[in-house]
Amino acid sequence: MNKPLRRIAIFCGLLVLTLLLRDNWLQYVKADSLREDTANRRVTIARYSTPRGDIIVDGSPITGSTASSSSGLNDLKYKRTYKNGPMWAPVTGFASQAFGATQLENLEDGILTGNDDRLFFRNTLDMITGKQKSGGNVVTTLNAAAQKAAYNGLKTQGGKGAVVALDPSTGKILALASYPSYDPSAFAGTSDTDATAWKKLQKTYNPNDPMLNRALRETYPPGSTFKVVTASAALENGLYNSADQATNSPLPYVMPGTTTELKNEGNIPCKNATMRIALQFSCNTVFGKIGADLGNDKMLAEAKKFGFDAQQFTPVRSSASVFSDNMNQSQTALSSIGQYNTAATPLQMAMVASAVANDGKLMKPYMIDKLQSPGLDTISQTDPQELSQPLTSSNAQILQSMMETVVKDGTGKNAQINGVTVGGKTGTAQHGVENSENPYAWFISYAKLPDGSKPVAVAVVIEDDQANRDDISGGGLAAPIAKSVMEAVINSKK
Amino acid sequence: MSSTTNTSTNQTSTIGSIGTPSRRNTELALLVFAVAIPVFAYANVGLAINDKVPAGLLSYGLGLGLLAGVAHLAVRKFAPYADPLLLPLATLLNGLGLVVIWRLDQSKLLQTIKQAGTAAPRQLLYTAMGIALFIVVLIFLKDHRVLQRYTYISMVGALFLLLLPLVPGLGQNIYGAKIWISVAGFSIQPGEFAKIVLAIFFAGYLMVKRDALALASRRFMGLYLPRGRDLGPILVVWFMSILILVFETDLGTSLLFFGMFVIMLYVATERTSWIVFGLLMAAAGAVGVASFEPHVQQRVQAWLSPMNEYKLSQKGVVGHSEQAMQALWAFGSGGTLGTGLGQGHSDLIRFAANSDFILATFGEELGLAGIMAFLLLYGLIVERGVRTALAARDPFGKLLAIGLSGAFALQVFVVAGGVMGLIPLTGMTMPFVAYGGSSVIANWALIGILIRISDTARRPAPAPAANPDAEMTQVVRPS
Repeated sequence: MNKPLRRIAIFCGLLVLTLLLRDNWLQYVKADSLREDTANRRVTIARYSTPRGDIIVDGSPITGSTASSSSGLNDLKYKRTYKNGPMWAPVTGFASQAFGATQLENLEDGILTGNDDRLFFRNTLDMITGKQKSGGNVVTTLNAAAQKAAYNGLKTQGGKGAVVALDPSTGKILALASYPSYDPSAFAGTSDTDATAWKKLQKTYNPNDPMLNRALRETYPPGSTFKVVTASAALENGLYNSADQATNSPLPYVMPGTTTELKNEGNIPCKNATMRIALQFSCNTVFGKIGADLGNDKMLAEAKKFGFDAQQFTPVRSSASVFSDNMNQSQTALSSIGQYNTAATPLQMAMVASAVANDGKLMKPYMIDKLQSPGLDTISQTDPQELSQPLTSSNAQILQSMMETVVKDGTGKNAQINGVTVGGKTGTAQHGVENSENPYAWFISYAKLPDGSKPVAVAVVIEDDQANRDDISGGGLAAPIAKSVMEAVINSKK
Repeated sequence: MSSTTNTSTNQTSTIGSIGTPSRRNTELALLVFAVAIPVFAYANVGLAINDKVPAGLLSYGLGLGLLAGVAHLAVRKFAPYADPLLLPLATLLNGLGLVVIWRLDQSKLLQTIKQAGTAAPRQLLYTAMGIALFIVVLIFLKDHRVLQRYTYISMVGALFLLLLPLVPGLGQNIYGAKIWISVAGFSIQPGEFAKIVLAIFFAGYLMVKRDALALASRRFMGLYLPRGRDLGPILVVWFMSILILVFETDLGTSLLFFGMFVIMLYVATERTSWIVFGLLMAAAGAVGVASFEPHVQQRVQAWLSPMNEYKLSQKGVVGHSEQAMQALWAFGSGGTLGTGLGQGHSDLIRFAANSDFILATFGEELGLAGIMAFLLLYGLIVERGVRTALAARDPFGKLLAIGLSGAFALQVFVVAGGVMGLIPLTGMTMPFVAYGGSSVIANWALIGILIRISDTARRPAPAPAANPDAEMTQVVRPS
């Protein structure tokens, strides 16, 4: 009877061996994917188990962390708080116990919770010395004064809109505002109040869609502000070599291959105008014809150099701006004045102004200056990076002088600042079927001191369905906001 | 039978029938560790959860130590030649189980479930009752062969126990499985006791019938096919298992009983054909029942895609449970070394976190290393049981010991495999560590019987002249 007994013994051994193998599979091979599974409640518990690190602007935190109410079954110890939440929401995103995290709160979750691998050594030390684990900080490039000017400007205006300000020499994002906005503190917890607040902010219940980050994620037809890109294409491709050379621009201008006239707004001196005059008065005919003359390919190539047709990672992702491919001449003409399919995020148009202001070099926009450990050591520092060079330095200077004329004598007078060199371009983009809806008011600009220091580039867009159609023009609605942002940057920098 | 067994018996070095040391002091030394480790773990949990050594440490340590001590003295007195590993292994598992049940008692989440906050004191009581039953077995069961007399009473008893949960008013349906009965406020799983009683019946029955089953057969395609009338018993047991599956909707118990019977049948007859038959019938039965029993189908679905099951349960679809996925997350989050006792979140499993799913807590808090150690502890118990079967000098003892050990191994496999997602989940509990009176008490009785058989087996032979082979060929009949 012992032979089968031995076989049964082997069988039982195999049963145990199978379990051992399965356990190794589960707790070694699959361990990481199970542990980091977002549906695994432990991920949320870990995220809120220690005071979360802060997001820092100009040396002071714009976020905080508070002990959650310990009543009931709440297994999450700390709750996120925000200072001036609506103003900073486009930068921070949110970290909610119930609704997850977005933007910086999500992308730098590892640093903020202290679970990042780069903090491993410190965490181990803390564990040995018995110190409570805490999160690291994310130091942003933003400028509090500029952000405040941007947000308050939009709020006073009252319509939907967004502002982006960049440092042209480095690509640092100085302001990133969107309106209407939301307070991420309102739904940071798990209570019923939080759930109600969350529900109210959703697009289904709130047509204004306050949770949309318009500065990065909404694309608008850029209208006349796109003429800056068209002018660069003309200069770069040698179509015209100076700002003051007369262009070959008939008026009225019938778009090639069609019988449709391309119209200007009002009776402005556009016939064979120089590019300077054309930009000053915002001539559709001149820039439409430049686009048609250059053709789709050359226009597209230039637009791409400015960052069109690509997402930007700041590291928060922006939507890709659009300049279409495979267009005929008349479509290219329309696209070259910022109509037809052309669409741009506010970030994209700020990048256009920034590249011109930085003598043709486009710097990669970024908003994280550095990551700090809980002990405030720098873990990583972002170095400015050149993205492309859409213009040569000399062509950039020609374009600068044109944009400065716009502010000095043209449609952008509202952005003038005493003692500061300001260049800009207004835009009024039509949208809706048969232009039935109110247009968007655009203003892109840059400013720097006469010696070239303290540069700043800004893009402002406002979609105002309350204002009269006639009132909407980039110069009237958007330029004053751009001006206050530029002033804030110039006055606040040391 | 005689020729093959003679050679293998001679190879068995464990028997060593003459002059066997009793090994009682080894057992005592191991018991010291088996008590000290849970006490240390208990302090560990207290420090992790409340930052202080738990107030009950001394009384808990003394309690467990006292129980183990009494059990040891009983073995010393009534079964002096017993296997020295079984008692310490069972004590260690039981002690660690108590610690983890106490740890889960501290979870606020689980305190919202009825009775869950006070499980540890109850489990300690059950442990005391289990060890009392263990001692009773040692005192009153002087010779395990006495149990042969109760072969057919055992059959009736086992059937009675198995059918109890189906009695209206007595049986309880908990999460779809009808394997509990409720008596005076206590939930009892009769299946746990039926396991032992059935093993006694099978051993008694097969000992008598094995020659007929083994020899009267026809050869067909290389296999020895049993005669039609000899197929009767296996068909009855198979049918019973199917009935359990259909009416109590418990895959685990059904598999356990059928598996135990096939193992014992194989050992009794040494015919591989029985295993082939057994596997075919088990497969046919399982597939057949699964094709029309929705509860079984759902368990299989949950096993195939636990994440889907989790999502359905989060949407509030009735009849779906997040437990399987929660258990997998617990294991994964534990990783190689675990979070440390008291620092995991296995309470997210909620219902049955301290019973059917208790292995997930071990997995999360002690990690891969801890679970491997646990599985090896169970493996050791099974191995000691098989050794006892090898060493036993009477066929009834051999059959009973292998039946109990085999059932124990199958139960560990079915439960651990279910919790780890290797096989569909069943409603059984991990022996000794899981919360539940029936399980603890029945398994202590099981260990008691194994200890009794091993004592008989290792006891120095009374008549040195007797040839063990000669004894093997005797057919012992209850007179």
